[in-house]
Amino acid sequence: MIKATINKVEIEVPEGTTILDAARKANFAIPTLCRHPDLTPGGSCGVCVVEVEGFPALRRACMTQLEKGWVVSTNTARVRNARREIVDLILSDHDADCLTCIKNGRCELQDVARVVGIKDVTNQGKNHKKAIDRSRVALVRDPNKCILCGRCITVCSDIQTVNALTLDGRGFDTSVSTVLNQGMGNSACVNCGQCTVFCPVGALYENSQTDEVWKALNDPDKHVVVQEAPAIRAQLGEEFGMEPGTIVSGKLHAALRRMRFDAVFDTNFTADLTIIEEGTEVVDAIKTGRSLPIITSCSPGWIKFMETFYPHLRGHISTAKSPQQMFGVLAKTYYPEVKGIPAEKIVSVSVMPCTAKKFEAQRPEMWSSGFQDVDYVLTTRELARMMREAGLDLKDMPDEPADDPLGEYTGAATIFGATGGVMEAALRSAYFLVTGRELENVNILPVRGMTGVKEAEVPVDGLTLKVAVAHGLGNARKLLDKISSQLAETGKSEYHFVEIMACPGGCVGGGGQPWGSTMAQRARRGEALYEEDASLPKRRSHENASVAVLYEKFLKTPNSEKAHHLLHTHYNARSKVDGKVVKED
Amino acid sequence: MNIARSHVLISIDAGTIMAGARGVQAELVEEIKKKGLSGEVAVLETGNLGVTGMGVVLVVYPEGFYYGNVTKEDIPEFVEEQLLKGRLVKRLLLTQAPKRFIIRREKMGLTKEQPRIVLKNCGFINPESIEEYIAAGGYEAASKALTAMTPEEVIGEVKRSALAGRGGAAFPTAAKWEFARKAPGEEKFIICNADEGEPGTFKDRLILEGDPHKLLEGMLIAGYAVGASKGFIYIRGEYALSIERTEKAIADARSYGLLGNTIFDKPFGFDIEVMKGAGAYVCGEETALIESLEGHRGHPRNKPPYPVVSGLWGKPTVVNNVETLANIAEIVRNGANWFKQYGTPKCAGTKVYTILGHVATPGLIETEMGTTLRDIIYDYGGGIGDGKQFKGALVGGAAGAFLGPDMLDVQMDFVNLKEYAAALGSGAILVMNQDTSMVDMLKSVLHFFKHESCGHCAPCRLGTARLVEIVDRIADSEAKADDVDRLLAIASVMKDTSFCPLGQSLYLPVSSCLKYFREEIAGS
Amino acid sequence: MDREAIVKGFEPQLHNILYILHELQDNNPRHFVAKEDIEACADYLKVPYSYVHGVATFYTMFSLTPRGRHIIRLCDSPPCHLMGSTTVLDYLRQKLGIDVGETTPDGAFTLELASCLGICGVAPAIMINDEMFGKLTPDRVDGILEERRKGV
Repeated sequence: MIKATINKVEIEVPEGTTILDAARKANFAIPTLCRHPDLTPGGSCGVCVVEVEGFPALRRACMTQLEKGWVVSTNTARVRNARREIVDLILSDHDADCLTCIKNGRCELQDVARVVGIKDVTNQGKNHKKAIDRSRVALVRDPNKCILCGRCITVCSDIQTVNALTLDGRGFDTSVSTVLNQGMGNSACVNCGQCTVFCPVGALYENSQTDEVWKALNDPDKHVVVQEAPAIRAQLGEEFGMEPGTIVSGKLHAALRRMRFDAVFDTNFTADLTIIEEGTEVVDAIKTGRSLPIITSCSPGWIKFMETFYPHLRGHISTAKSPQQMFGVLAKTYYPEVKGIPAEKIVSVSVMPCTAKKFEAQRPEMWSSGFQDVDYVLTTRELARMMREAGLDLKDMPDEPADDPLGEYTGAATIFGATGGVMEAALRSAYFLVTGRELENVNILPVRGMTGVKEAEVPVDGLTLKVAVAHGLGNARKLLDKISSQLAETGKSEYHFVEIMACPGGCVGGGGQPWGSTMAQRARRGEALYEEDASLPKRRSHENASVAVLYEKFLKTPNSEKAHHLLHTHYNARSKVDGKVVKED
Repeated sequence: MNIARSHVLISIDAGTIMAGARGVQAELVEEIKKKGLSGEVAVLETGNLGVTGMGVVLVVYPEGFYYGNVTKEDIPEFVEEQLLKGRLVKRLLLTQAPKRFIIRREKMGLTKEQPRIVLKNCGFINPESIEEYIAAGGYEAASKALTAMTPEEVIGEVKRSALAGRGGAAFPTAAKWEFARKAPGEEKFIICNADEGEPGTFKDRLILEGDPHKLLEGMLIAGYAVGASKGFIYIRGEYALSIERTEKAIADARSYGLLGNTIFDKPFGFDIEVMKGAGAYVCGEETALIESLEGHRGHPRNKPPYPVVSGLWGKPTVVNNVETLANIAEIVRNGANWFKQYGTPKCAGTKVYTILGHVATPGLIETEMGTTLRDIIYDYGGGIGDGKQFKGALVGGAAGAFLGPDMLDVQMDFVNLKEYAAALGSGAILVMNQDTSMVDMLKSVLHFFKHESCGHCAPCRLGTARLVEIVDRIADSEAKADDVDRLLAIASVMKDTSFCPLGQSLYLPVSSCLKYFREEIAGS
Repeated sequence: MDREAIVKGFEPQLHNILYILHELQDNNPRHFVAKEDIEACADYLKVPYSYVHGVATFYTMFSLTPRGRHIIRLCDSPPCHLMGSTTVLDYLRQKLGIDVGETTPDGAFTLELASCLGICGVAPAIMINDEMFGKLTPDRVDGILEERRKGV
């Protein structure tokens, strides 16, 4: 412990504490802008400067460790003047069309400008006017809003190891860009959208489809169905001021109905279906001696990452489509058949925690119904915006169930939204598929939680299943490198089954989730999903009665020919330079 | 060296090559052969002879005559008259400019007025010959250090000499070495900062081109003192000849066993590698240089940790300027007391200056710490040319200070100038005469900073851009009422909040310019 | 130009990246770092393409766009500025008919600004490819450009 003084208050903090944290402990808030609690501080903005006696210049509180006996002042005239000048300078090269900005009211720059007391912008001068990058179907990048805090690059390179983004140029002309300035759509970008979650301003955001959805909802000729991903229920509440981790499944169904969706279903239904298809595939693979491990396929950011950086592992990826795409197909085949509605009238909308789902829906492989299986993908953020536009507050909604026949779900489906959830759900059913008996304790704790790479061994009769789970593409890379070298050296891997999710924390930490999600929030949302799972009467996918009906009436058996045609897919190899599909020899 | 009657030294450096020195050299050798003088007259390559802007420069020894602006066409006459008949070729003789050099040469070793520590060999030996360097006493100091002294004793000697970093920051060299020596870790590095980018400064280039072994010897001693076995010299990409000569010097030193796994039969190995920059002034800042050397964009790092604790690849690293390291061998060989007889009580040794701008004879000089600006300009620089008056000087490069006439008699050293809120910096002295527009000069300084800001931190990235816009308005007589105040306001926040010394140092030229020339700037 | 041979002239270590980029650019007839150069460098050093892009665009000696056969880098730092670099710049602009950052239509010259070239003793100065020229006047500029034009 060391003793020091902040604004004449004596404090004692552990060695290594930053001035910022020490000051917070003493109840002095220091404004920050470029800093994010989950990223190494880069110190680019300079807003958090404080005065430390004995130093000629001010010090950055976010990256300066407090030392014994230091006398720190966080609110002198010199400090306040410096902060104001810096924010003023930042605003002088910022496209401040706040009222029409997607971040209006949720912008960290707005917050800081208010805190440091900007009244008008003294510095007036040249503004960079650059073209908005709309080359990516999932994401939009507006360089005129960018304040060069560096968060997006750090998350893209350090956490996700995708390295689509880079700094371009130097000095005043520095900008965030991609290889040869070709735009995100022509880069290795996997659409994970973590950059949008970390961006403090309106420089990175999802390519919104709310207008298209409103149009469909207002079209009397269309029958608009909606599905919501497992993870949505754990954090939509945050957009309406509820605590992170409040489960809002019932209120969500009610709100969607009030927005005039013709049928409100639940992606959880096809999550259960995915488990049956994927679980059957894994069990078959083990029985038939197919090269292991089998790796999950539900995360479209991960899939594009695999196609780009690990195309040699394509044969190991489960061919089962993601729950979103399984739902999309059924919404335009099975559902019209059951309801007697012409398939061409159906508009299929999904609400996802994910920006990569926008890309997935538009892949040419995803037309198994004869139409684009999923028409529009909304992120959690877009849905919240639509609800506010429609005058709906989630807090005020009653709890309502989803509609049949694509609405029922088990606890196994709900935990899809958290890292390790797909693995746990699959193990619950795989055990049954292999042994014909139910797994006694359905809680498989080693695969839960925020550890980057998790492993577990599950005895299934004579066989011990070795499984691994990775979330966040940087963690995935570590696991995949290990698997790749095992396969290269011995032709075999120690793992039978592997789950990979592109985003840290899994879908609850997805790129379409509320702005500014921290790792702590992601962890809390994940825990909430496990709480819902525990509260549900059915917790194994194979117990979902509607799924059983689907097989009986429509698909016949798991991995049947029809199931293969509709519910399974194939993968490409992509260029690391521009992300485009590489033609096979 | 051959025993020759006469030696002709030809300066081969970036400046003279530009003026055609290679062609003149070839012609000279050919002509000497033609005249049958090959056995009697030796032609020797050397580095800068202390004169710039005088074309191809030759010196004839033992007479010590300086010839300048020599072309290929002049050679037959030069050989015929000077070398064969011993008669001066008056039209080529450098009269005014080299006078000071001839005087200095004559005084060499006789008085302490003209010390040559750093530039001792520059212009006297062939920089591409390790034999000549050794003949001039080279590597004696390294031998003494490695065989007769402990690393602690070497550091102690440097500490007693009070040598301070010559790159501009004037940090005590021995303290840096001591920190790095004591820092935990097996692997340590010595980096020589030869990313000389401060406008008006080219002393390091002339040392690299004129006496590269001096630097290698200094680094070898530093490596021994610190416990490092690897050194890097980071040279700016524009300095092609410096890179070539330094690489040759390293190869020669290796073949002589002066670099390598064991040196002087001691269980101590040291090797040096040259790294080439690619155009970024900010890489002169030590942490940005380290980033660049590692292969990254040259963004500075946060300090602490300082490089002496965590530098190149996270290992303890000493970063020293070329001129600093070029002092080391002489200090070790002659002792701290010898070194301290030069300079002022607070600031020992000499300083290499480049005198530029409106002076009669621009060039490179080495003089004691404490020499006044007046002496440098009027004595060494030949005064303001064209009968004009002195108006001001920009001392220390773009990151230095503008000084007005009342500073002419201030003793220049690192400590003293600080008291006047100025800095010696890199030692560039840009002299301006009465006709100079100070607004224009300030504009040039600010444009330079904007061009060289790395862009990492907001205060510097945006501050430089706004300052340039303001000074452009002032220059175009379109200034707003508070523009002059805004210059100072932005610069002072940059001094307080910029991430690295680049942005912080801009305050000095802005504030000093306004201190001496505010009326002129406000009146534009 | 065999890019593979060029990159293999260096150890595959990240700290050689500037050397490699210099070498690739010097071997490119248009004096720039091309897409293929970025790919060759990144693949050899096992770093992302975007990383090489970020490094290459930081340093002023590299260009990602094709340049002329002769790159004129005019120093506009204070010493050259004081000695009349602006006059030289204006003359070059007018004579070549291009602005800073542009290349003449015949592909002969590209005009760039540089910070201090370290030959301030002969200010104002320019560098054309690897060669330096000082004490410039419009007359001298004419001669130098003429020689260059003839040279290639």
